[in-house]
Amino acid sequence: MVRLILRRLGLGLITVALVTGIIFVAIEMLPGDACVAYLERDAVGQRLENCREQLGLNRPAIQRYGLWVGAAIRGDLGVSASGGKDIATLVGDRFRNTLLLALCAIVAGVPLSLFLGVVTALNRDKSADLVVSSIAILAMTIPEFVTATVLIFVFSIWLEWVPGIVMTSAGAPVAAFFPEIVLPTAALTLVMAAHILRTVRSSVIEVMASDYVQMATLKGVPYWQIIFRHVLPNALLPAINVVALTIAWLLGGVVVIEKVFNYPGLGRLMIDAISDRDIPVVQAIALILATVYVAVNLGADVLTLLLNPRLRTLQMRGTR
Amino acid sequence: MEPALIRFDDLSVGFTSRDGRLLPVLRHISLAIAPGETVGLVGESGSGKSTLALAAMGYLKRGLKVISGTVTFAEQHMFSLGGSELERIRGGKLALIPQNSGQSLTPTLRIGAQLTEALRLHSKLDPAQFPARTLDLLRQVRLPDPEAIIARFPHELSGGQQQRVAIAMALAGEPKALLLDEPTTGLDVTTQAHILDLLSDIAQKSGMAMVYVSHDLGAIARVCQRVVVMYAGEIVLEGTPAQIFKNPTHPYARGLLASIPRVSNARLPVALEGRPPAPGEAGQGCAFADRCPIVQPVCRLERPELRAIASGEWLRCHVPELAQGIVMEPMTAPAPVAEASSDTAIFTLSELAISYHQANWFRQLLGQADKSTPTVKDISLTLARGETLGLVGESGSGKSTILKALAGLTPRQSGTIAFDATEDLAANVDHRQPDQRRRIQLVFQNPDESLNPRQTVAEILAQPLRLYFGLSGQALRARMVELLIQVRLGAHYLDRLPSQMSGGEKQRVAIARAFAAEPDVVLCDEVTSALDVSVQAAVLTLLDRLRRERNTAYIFVSHDLAVVRALADRVAVLYQGRLCEIGRASDVYANPAHPYTQVLLSAILEPELAARPKLMAADVQELSPPAKGCACQRRCPLKVGMICETETPPWQTVTPGHSFACHKPNNSMG
Repeated sequence: MVRLILRRLGLGLITVALVTGIIFVAIEMLPGDACVAYLERDAVGQRLENCREQLGLNRPAIQRYGLWVGAAIRGDLGVSASGGKDIATLVGDRFRNTLLLALCAIVAGVPLSLFLGVVTALNRDKSADLVVSSIAILAMTIPEFVTATVLIFVFSIWLEWVPGIVMTSAGAPVAAFFPEIVLPTAALTLVMAAHILRTVRSSVIEVMASDYVQMATLKGVPYWQIIFRHVLPNALLPAINVVALTIAWLLGGVVVIEKVFNYPGLGRLMIDAISDRDIPVVQAIALILATVYVAVNLGADVLTLLLNPRLRTLQMRGTR
Repeated sequence: MEPALIRFDDLSVGFTSRDGRLLPVLRHISLAIAPGETVGLVGESGSGKSTLALAAMGYLKRGLKVISGTVTFAEQHMFSLGGSELERIRGGKLALIPQNSGQSLTPTLRIGAQLTEALRLHSKLDPAQFPARTLDLLRQVRLPDPEAIIARFPHELSGGQQQRVAIAMALAGEPKALLLDEPTTGLDVTTQAHILDLLSDIAQKSGMAMVYVSHDLGAIARVCQRVVVMYAGEIVLEGTPAQIFKNPTHPYARGLLASIPRVSNARLPVALEGRPPAPGEAGQGCAFADRCPIVQPVCRLERPELRAIASGEWLRCHVPELAQGIVMEPMTAPAPVAEASSDTAIFTLSELAISYHQANWFRQLLGQADKSTPTVKDISLTLARGETLGLVGESGSGKSTILKALAGLTPRQSGTIAFDATEDLAANVDHRQPDQRRRIQLVFQNPDESLNPRQTVAEILAQPLRLYFGLSGQALRARMVELLIQVRLGAHYLDRLPSQMSGGEKQRVAIARAFAAEPDVVLCDEVTSALDVSVQAAVLTLLDRLRRERNTAYIFVSHDLAVVRALADRVAVLYQGRLCEIGRASDVYANPAHPYTQVLLSAILEPELAARPKLMAADVQELSPPAKGCACQRRCPLKVGMICETETPPWQTVTPGHSFACHKPNNSMG
């Protein structure tokens, strides 16, 4: 079991290592470099040389790659090309904000969508199922900026319950984001809930029709015990991967939502960095996002392994 | 007379079709089961036998509902009980042993937890005694090492072990009646014999009533005191096993019995033509009229009533006196030709070994040979043109693996396969000549999975014809119709989808597809095991006719020894991927030389009352073949000694062409 997890961890690290290579090569292949991009029309002669000297751009690519990776491992992401600021601090705050928003959306959205998925499945084809499923499909189809705009219109402008946009600065303490964070959370929940709900619903329906649920019924197990002991542990397994993908998507910076609500998250920082052609920052964010993706999916894999006895045995046999 | 424990009173059950009609699945069933009695319910699939058994628990599958009548268990009306009362009875006084216990055990719960749950719901014991009682129950069903079993998950047990766990779980509530829904279907013959033995033992000791649902007449004959034959949702015959298996009075029962292949008889069974009516299809007359060989005008006009006849049986037939005229002896087809029609070998396997073990990529890089114990090893045999070779063995014996290797679908570890005496056959089907591919065709076990559900019969059959013969247009269509007629289906089947055909019809299409390539060898992988006996007989007859017409050789893989007996010229017995015995079918069945063949043959259940299977060896499940020595060393009832564990047994000859691999001296084999 431990060996298996270590193996997955190793594969995850290899993935991240490959990603660093791809990011670096991709950026190398762009015409010009960070200094050319930043200095624009002044990118000539001595100023360009100085800038390159300062950022270490005049060394060979392979050496720069080594330095970048080495520093990144120590937590040093370098300095931004635009302001010479420390990227780790710059990105750190933004990442914390993204984490905060994602956490809120997860806490609100995941239990809600799991619950609704189970409820719709158990009331299959009844009115509760039809209403909830229709709303879910609607929420899934409408683009998120429309959802966000409607939310702002209804709850902020019309009802005046919560602020419509986030005014707090990126470095402010966590508490300062409440209640501004409510609407972005609501918008994200609506978008993500539908996917999870539909997966859970079909999975529960499938398990309810299985031979072992029929057997449990004919063994005289009361209905709710069947649901909690026999159905849910099996039906929620497929949901783990969907939830993991959703979490990865949330942590990857939900650019559109951040833009609409003016939320100071990682996604907006990346967009800004790209338009400023601040390549060191773009590079650092790409690396962070890739790591987050790999880590979350690794977590989901390990969780599935822990919860699914069948998979566990199979996998162990496979690796022995 | 004792009051009935379970009573069905004029029970009709049905579902509402899409056009709003109420279609009955069970029609006016009246049946009483006394305490301690064992009643068998038999019939083809779709006859309503499982629905009837589940109805005894007040349970109907989704979509079904009671149209009329009642079911009572211990004087309680099952369909008018509330949820909590039903929960008390189900699994308590009335317990179910399901068909597929592997899928009926919750995969995420350990065996111990599932048994404890049954105790918690239905036992009066103090919770502190549950662990001890759980172990007791597992011992009662003769599971070895119960302490280890309770910590396992269902998928970690073999099919036989899972079935025993299901039985233990049913016994947890000390039931007065057990419902058994095809409890041994899908188990190996030896396991099946053991489970049946166990069940009749338990029933006798504890005085439980049992309702035994099965399409396996052999199993029914073995355990039941009364047999109920069902057809199209009705009871058509009810009597003692002696009455029903010796000289049944209903034409359907006679047809059913005649369609069963027997180990003792090398002839092909007689197929029961046609198919049972779908729900709602049966008209006003007798439901069996369309398939009945003695149908009279009255049968189509008037539905016969179930009535008692002189012998004490209950019968639903207008003309039982004519039924006596239906001969039940298999006689349509002569015994298979024993000698191959030509001496030339089509397949020559020498020392074939197959391993599912995935070689480490690092080892492969270094070019190291795979040294793991192979799943299949030392298979050397020949197949002559036009010959049928039966490959028999229990699940996991490597029968299908050998077929896959022949078809080029699985890599082999070592050994060679020579095709047509001269051509060396590539291990991978992609590297074979188109003509080689054409000449070797496969028919799979389950036509539901081997036919593309989105293709019509025409599209399915057109593929090989286009690929190998470049047919198109009128010629293509003519050939397709010809093929369909060969498998006894008409041109009107061309536009059908697999979902619009019955299991037997689908398998005929699969066979037609194989024969479209005009093959020299057809590899048949359990082709009849997903089919009802009556349909199976028809498919066997078809295969036999086709090979006569076309001189095709078959390799016929089956776990059913009686089916192999009916079709095969020669038989090879496999255990754990090793050949145990090979010879002409008549020799091997009459005079089995290898201990394992003897174990297998003695465990077979036939619908004969006198036949009692002998259990010669424990039904242990072996996970991997032993690294050295004889493959059956752990299960052999006649083990010689240490030599069996250390040395590969030598081949000994019984009669020319009949040999076996064993350390035991040949002369002591009786």
